[in-house]
Amino acid sequence: MTLRACRHRRAGTAAALILLSLLLSACEQPDMANQPRLDTYQSDSGFADGMAARPIPEGTVHRDQALNERPTHNPAPINRGTLHRGRQQFEIFCAPCHGRNGSGQGVIVQRGFPAPPSYHLPRLRQASDAHFYDVITHGYGVMYPYASRIRPADRWAIVTYIRALQLSRNARIDDVPEALRPRLREAPP
Amino acid sequence: MPQVFRPRANALAWTVLIIAAALLVVAVCLAAHYFSSPYYSGVDRTPPQPVPFSHKHHVGELGLDCRYCHTSVEDSSFAGVPESEVCMTCHSQLWTNARLLAPVRDSLKNDRPLRWQRVHDLPDYVHFDHSAHVNHGVPCQACHGRVDEMPLTTQKKTLFMQFCLDCHRNPAPHLRPPDAVFEIGWQPAGVPSEARQRYGERLMARYHTPTTERLTDCSLCHQ
Ligand code: HEC
Ligand code: HEC
Ligand code: HEC
Ligand code: HEC
Ligand code: HEC
Ligand code: HEC
Repeated sequence: MTLRACRHRRAGTAAALILLSLLLSACEQPDMANQPRLDTYQSDSGFADGMAARPIPEGTVHRDQALNERPTHNPAPINRGTLHRGRQQFEIFCAPCHGRNGSGQGVIVQRGFPAPPSYHLPRLRQASDAHFYDVITHGYGVMYPYASRIRPADRWAIVTYIRALQLSRNARIDDVPEALRPRLREAPP
Repeated sequence: MPQVFRPRANALAWTVLIIAAALLVVAVCLAAHYFSSPYYSGVDRTPPQPVPFSHKHHVGELGLDCRYCHTSVEDSSFAGVPESEVCMTCHSQLWTNARLLAPVRDSLKNDRPLRWQRVHDLPDYVHFDHSAHVNHGVPCQACHGRVDEMPLTTQKKTLFMQFCLDCHRNPAPHLRPPDAVFEIGWQPAGVPSEARQRYGERLMARYHTPTTERLTDCSLCHQ
């Protein structure tokens, strides 16, 4: 091999190395972007079930959890805040089946889910607050429990809102304070 | 001493230089193309899922609220992906024999979680918090796009630092009142587009949005 050819080859190698190192600059630094820690819901083979998110051990008591039995009466104060929260939670979790007005004709029922009873039946109008609370906590018939997604205070807020829905179906104009009646008449039917 | 380079070497040197320059231009163009491509940014990435879950169906058509399934989005940094039991609140009665849903039924029966694939994934050196955003008027739509039109969940924004900072420098046009955060496609009624900025600034006062300085501080996201 001539000296010149050898030089050319060396220059070629150098150029190739420079080009290759350019490519490196686009690389992520994997150890910073993907640190040796477990993220929520990542899978991890270190545990028998392969989940990084560990289930809460049985018998764990939440710091805010009331240790005594469920109260027999609704502890939520009846005010605008409770009703607002109750309505919000009701519309997220219950309205898909029970309908926004509680009549039991929500959109999921229209798609073939068994229809729940209307909240406006005499039986459910007479049922206690605690019954509604228990249905949310433990489920009822084909309805699944919602305890894992709705915390106790919000369950009571939902019950309060359902009570308001029930009242609204049987309200008369005399029930409305005199001062507010004109506003009701203005509202579209 | 004999001449090392013959006259022909001049031409050769020029050719090499020109080719090198041309290669450099090509490399820069390719790099620019690559870094702005969806392949690099992840935009339009739609990872295959164990069950072809459709937000278009469940959100767009059935009108379910995000929080029915992404329960922790208001309370924690993590939005949460629903357990199989959540699907079964409805699918224990609906589409009970559908092949598509067999993995969900098996998952609940055998107590094995479904392996949903992440659609959005920030590098671990970035701190992000859902609750800080959704409780202060930043809607899901600003970062996830029109989820209600997605038959399969797709990434719609780059999630690059530039994307975060564009909003952190001026969040006003994105902000919404608390009740509208979860709604997709919401527009403030009776606010013309010229007045959107002012409308958002009023919301910033109500939410006590931190100053631009605070929101662009490196340590906010790189802790
Ligand atoms: C997926 C649909 C679905 C959702 C969501 C749902 N329910 Fe139900 N619910 C039902 C069905 C169906 C029944 C009737 C069950 C049966 O009789 O087997 C029912 C029954 C009830 C009853 C009547 C129990 C009785 O004594 O007859 C109450 C009260 C109730 N649900 C409250 C709620 C509340 C509160 C929520 C929201 C936290 C809720 N439900 C969410 C489907 C649903
Ligand atoms: C019926 C349950 C359900 C509802 C309602 C729902 N989602 Fe989802 N969502 C899921 C499931 C399951 C996944 C995981 C599978 C996937 O990515 O498609 C998911 C994934 C996502 C992801 C991608 C997560 C990732 O891996 O990066 C986003 C973003 C998202 N949902 C946003 C929303 C928004 C916004 C809403 C409300 C407008 C909403 N979802 C309502 C069930 C739901
Ligand atoms: C609140 C009720 C509800 C929940 C919760 C729910 N679904 Fe559905 N899903 C439906 C209904 C109703 C349909 C049928 C839609 C129709 O008839 O148009 C459906 C249809 C489907 C289909 C087939 C139709 C299609 O093309 O998308 C799949 C797959 C599916 N759901 C997966 C899931 C998964 C996975 C989950 C849990 C993350 C889930 N669903 C949670 C109500 C629900
Ligand atoms: C400010 C931007 C932003 C907003 C607003 C936002 N998200 Fe996200 N979301 C992200 C980012 C970024 C990720 C990826 C997080 C990661 O990789 O750690 C993500 C991830 C997710 C995931 C996957 C699971 C997780 O938490 O990592 C779901 C589900 C999700 N978002 C749903 C929602 C819903 C529902 C809303 C509205 C209530 C919402 N997001 C609002 C930026 C946002
Ligand atoms: C559409 C607008 C918008 C986008 C996009 C956005 N943010 Fe934010 N972010 C905000 C606003 C507004 C706040 C201030 C919230 C408040 O009022 O405290 C905030 C606050 C934060 C905070 C402080 C949270 C705390 O604990 O106080 C972090 C961290 C953050 N954002 C990270 C990110 C990251 C990372 C991204 C990109 C993936 C991002 N944000 C994208 C609007 C946005
Ligand atoms: C609003 C949140 C936010 C703030 C504030 C922020 N960053 Fe970032 N930064 C990000 C995100 C998100 C990424 C990840 C981009 C990606 O996915 O490649 C990132 C990535 C980076 C990277 C890695 C870039 C790369 O391409 O690998 C550096 C370096 C960085 N940031 C420096 C800074 C510095 C310096 C500051 C302060 C001047 C800062 N960041 C402020 C969100 C932020």
